[in-house]
Amino acid sequence: MKIEDLKNRNIGQQNYITVQEDNYPKTNAEVFKQVVKRSLKGELFTGLKITFKIMKDALFKGQMHTVQYPAEKLPIGPRYRAVHKLLALLESGENRCIGCGLCEKICISNCIRMDTKIDENSRKEVLEYTINMGRCIFCGYCAEVCPELAIVHGSEYENASEQRAQFGLKEDFLTPLDKLHLQKEYEGFGSVSSDADEKIKKTPLQY
Amino acid sequence: MQTSIIIETVIKAIVILAVFSALAGFTTYIERKVLAFMQRRLGPMNVGPYGLLQIVADGIKLFTKEDFIPQYAIRPVFMIAPIITASTAFIAMSAVPFLPEFELFGYTVRPILSDINVGILFVLGVASVGLYGPLLGGMSSANKWSLLGGARTAIQLLSYEVVSGLSLLAPLMLVGSLSLIDINNYQNAGFTSWLVWSQPLAFILFVISGFAETNRTPFDLLEHEAEIVAGYATEYSGLRWGMFFIGEYANLFTVCFLISLVFLGGFNDLWFIPGGLAIILKVMTLIFFFLWTRASWPHIRPDQLMWLCWKILMPLAVINVVITGFVMMFLE
Repeated sequence: MKIEDLKNRNIGQQNYITVQEDNYPKTNAEVFKQVVKRSLKGELFTGLKITFKIMKDALFKGQMHTVQYPAEKLPIGPRYRAVHKLLALLESGENRCIGCGLCEKICISNCIRMDTKIDENSRKEVLEYTINMGRCIFCGYCAEVCPELAIVHGSEYENASEQRAQFGLKEDFLTPLDKLHLQKEYEGFGSVSSDADEKIKKTPLQY
Repeated sequence: MQTSIIIETVIKAIVILAVFSALAGFTTYIERKVLAFMQRRLGPMNVGPYGLLQIVADGIKLFTKEDFIPQYAIRPVFMIAPIITASTAFIAMSAVPFLPEFELFGYTVRPILSDINVGILFVLGVASVGLYGPLLGGMSSANKWSLLGGARTAIQLLSYEVVSGLSLLAPLMLVGSLSLIDINNYQNAGFTSWLVWSQPLAFILFVISGFAETNRTPFDLLEHEAEIVAGYATEYSGLRWGMFFIGEYANLFTVCFLISLVFLGGFNDLWFIPGGLAIILKVMTLIFFFLWTRASWPHIRPDQLMWLCWKILMPLAVINVVITGFVMMFLE
């Protein structure tokens, strides 16, 4: 490889377009013409007009972009991974979690702990469920792996705390019974989409 | 008689100092609000109703902050520089008539500290002494950015002193007096007698040089934070920094009062608006214009600034003076 080839390896650079639209003036007459053209074009006043219009729209047409954060909050997308929630069954208010322990196993920062026992109906019952928020990295594996969509990510993203190890217990995450009518079905990853009924095909048994 | 004049002057001086120091703080609030609205933001909102007490909060913060003096700075010069800016800005106001005469408890008050008959010369002279503030501050800070800011102070303010002086020469030739009250009374025949109609070029030149002399945005090379961090004010903090900016805003008011007095009819009655209100409206409009341009126009480079000053504005000012002279000699 010659030195010219070595210097000429930047294959991306040949396609750049220069932004400067008009040519630079060369003679003094051209410089003078450019100055007069730019001076009399009134571009500065166009700039003033634009900023004034933006101010007018912001003040009187409600195009202000400020969110006064502690008083107002922007809605968060359904797939945002904020502090967890444990969902309850809408019909009975029972805990949706079946105590399978998959979330505890998959958790890469080892912050989920659950305590289960077999109850008198020989069903698995979740006694205690904690997440160490100080360790959680909000990777979302627990919500992804949950077969019952019992643990999901909620929309509570203001998780500043005075404690390094901030524990969330089961009653913090689980939808309380009196708030059950407010519980929305999770729309994020792994859940059934909201228009699933239209998308579904009838099985032969329907005919 | 003599004592009453002394007492009156002292009271006027205190009132001017108090009002314009307060206005300097208030203008920072207005500036933040107007700039915010032009960028679709709200600006300060949380301290007081609509953020009005933000001025007080900022003032307390500024004035109680540590007063930092760099190790290799030239201490006395570094400490005096902000005082020069603030004091010259207020001294320049002593020859500016702010409002028309009015009666207070049967006593006629003339809202001017001293009606010297070289008023405008005095104002321009003292305001140009104000350039020593940024210049000395920049040069004594032992900081490369400050040094560059100081150098830029010299090129910018010295250049535009020339333009502002020359552009005011033509209207002064028409009026025939340097007293700002005489200039104001020259335009007392209503809207059409304003000097801006007979001297439009001088008006434009003076507004441009006013921008440069008050370091407002298209020409704020001294503390262009994108290029030289904060220019001459890089090493300043707390009260001294605040004094620089009180001086700057006081200068802004002086220039706005000068523009309205010389070109826009001053404190003469305008249609149904009484004179005192008319000049306040004019000054407020001009200050809004100064803020508006800050939101709209880009900075320019030092070489562009010098080019504009020496190759465009100064020849135009000289041509304006010559034409005015010929018109006065041959047509009147």
